Amino acid sequence: MKNENLYKYILGIADNSLILGQRLGELCGHGPNLETDIACTNISLDLFGQVRSYFQYAGKVAGDNRTEDDIAMLRKEREYKNVLLVEQPNTNFAYTIGRQFLFDVYHLAFLTELQKSSDLTLSAIAKKCIKEVRYHERFSSDWVKRLGDGTPESKQKMQEAMDTLWTYTDELFHQTQADKVMVSDGVGVDVTKLKDQYYKAVTELLEDAKLKTPESKYFQKGGKDGIHTEHLGYLLSDLQFMQRTYPNMEW
Amino acid sequence: MSEEQIKNLEDQFEARIARDEKIEPKDWMPEKYRKTHIRQMSQHAHSEIVGMLPEGNWITRAPSLRRKVALLAKVQDEAGHGLYLYSACETLGVSRDELYEQLHSGKAKYSSIFNYPTITWADMGAIGWLVDGAAIINQVPLCNTSYGPYARAMVRVCKEESFHQRQGYEIMIKLANGTPEQKEMAQDALNRWWWPSLMMLGPTDDVSVHTEQSMKWKLKRKSNDDLRQQFIDQTVPQAELIGLTIPDPDLKWNEEKGIYDFGEIDWDEFWQVVKGHGPCNKERMKARVSAWEEGEWVRNAAMAHAENKKERIEKQAV
Repeated sequence: MKNENLYKYILGIADNSLILGQRLGELCGHGPNLETDIACTNISLDLFGQVRSYFQYAGKVAGDNRTEDDIAMLRKEREYKNVLLVEQPNTNFAYTIGRQFLFDVYHLAFLTELQKSSDLTLSAIAKKCIKEVRYHERFSSDWVKRLGDGTPESKQKMQEAMDTLWTYTDELFHQTQADKVMVSDGVGVDVTKLKDQYYKAVTELLEDAKLKTPESKYFQKGGKDGIHTEHLGYLLSDLQFMQRTYPNMEW
Repeated sequence: MSEEQIKNLEDQFEARIARDEKIEPKDWMPEKYRKTHIRQMSQHAHSEIVGMLPEGNWITRAPSLRRKVALLAKVQDEAGHGLYLYSACETLGVSRDELYEQLHSGKAKYSSIFNYPTITWADMGAIGWLVDGAAIINQVPLCNTSYGPYARAMVRVCKEESFHQRQGYEIMIKLANGTPEQKEMAQDALNRWWWPSLMMLGPTDDVSVHTEQSMKWKLKRKSNDDLRQQFIDQTVPQAELIGLTIPDPDLKWNEEKGIYDFGEIDWDEFWQVVKGHGPCNKERMKARVSAWEEGEWVRNAAMAHAENKKERIEKQAV
């Protein structure tokens, strides 16, 4: 493939949206009330919309007739490059919101920079997505505040979720080999430069939500290299079920 | 108020409905009108909410990204319908929590069709095509019903339902024109959903209890049997067009009457499901009740947070 680094780079971005969208899709019909149910499904819908734009572009870059569905649903587990954070399960609503918030703050900062990409397609996708992600970030921040500064029970649950998920935040700022090439080509975003503003924004919001910023310095990584948590395999068996069971058919 | 005064108000009320005027939340209305509307609208809202479950079951397994996005949007539409139908109920002085309580305790009903399982992808097509198709036939006349908030909600609901129906039929077209395995999947779904869809239009006219009063209030404009006939006459050619067979050996075109004659509906099955003993009644209710119970701490947190915020603002003001 001529543009293998670009292809890998697009997948690295899109897989985060794909896997998080899939997680949120599991909640449909099971939310704590109708309004949050609709909101979570809506975020899932936005993310899958973004995924389609990225994978359609990735298919073009690959230049070998791969469709968006081939890319989304027919890779092996080790070929998915999403960060570990987004594949974490919907343990309870605090985990769902915590995961969303920790990703949204990053996603917003990332898309802000991706808008400036020298790759016009990526820049255009970023400009479209950022409008949606601004809303996601507002939604998840508001809920972190509600749960953190709600009842003692909600505070404890939100704090526990934040403490558990915190270990997956550092990976957001790691760079793969393809990332580095794309940054030097002016296509990619240098995520290492987003780290300080990220932790500053997250800490401020957590203070506002009367929550403690976790202090652990031990972090998990691996997703960007395709080494995932045990959760991902089950998620993929749902995601890929139809394409694997009924190969080469149109739906 | 004297009996005569009430009688007078009732006469004026019925005359307004007869003149096709809309009744609005603050208007005087007979208690029976209020109760009947709460019952019907909440039943409709509950059906939308419970109806999210069988389709939600396929969101994570949709066969393509395009289908996944469409299904997500569809189920979200249903949640939206539930939301404004509950709101329409609230205009009659009942709270959403009370309505949920009625659903969870089994006091309130919802459409029995959602107590059938969705076991293959083709069920997403069959539900859109048949179940939403039957729902539209039931609901279009309600766009002109007498209670304003209900009528207005139904205008929007029907627009979206009609889109869902076409979307479901399009899933079926694709399957029917696909591989033999896909066609078989489509036929199997039609076999399983056909009869429950006919039952969806309600018991036969001779046993239907609410019809006469509902007709007067424009909550109903045609009888169950007429609606069912309309559904069959409309759907049979659609099945033929894509090469699927309606699972009814007695189905045949009646030249003289210009309608389809059809076989006997298994009403024992209908009543079994209505009484709570269908294939998924217990699972559906369990899913709703646990979502509600597990969400309690979240709702409490939202209320407590709003209070905390209010207190802080008040303190600052002092």
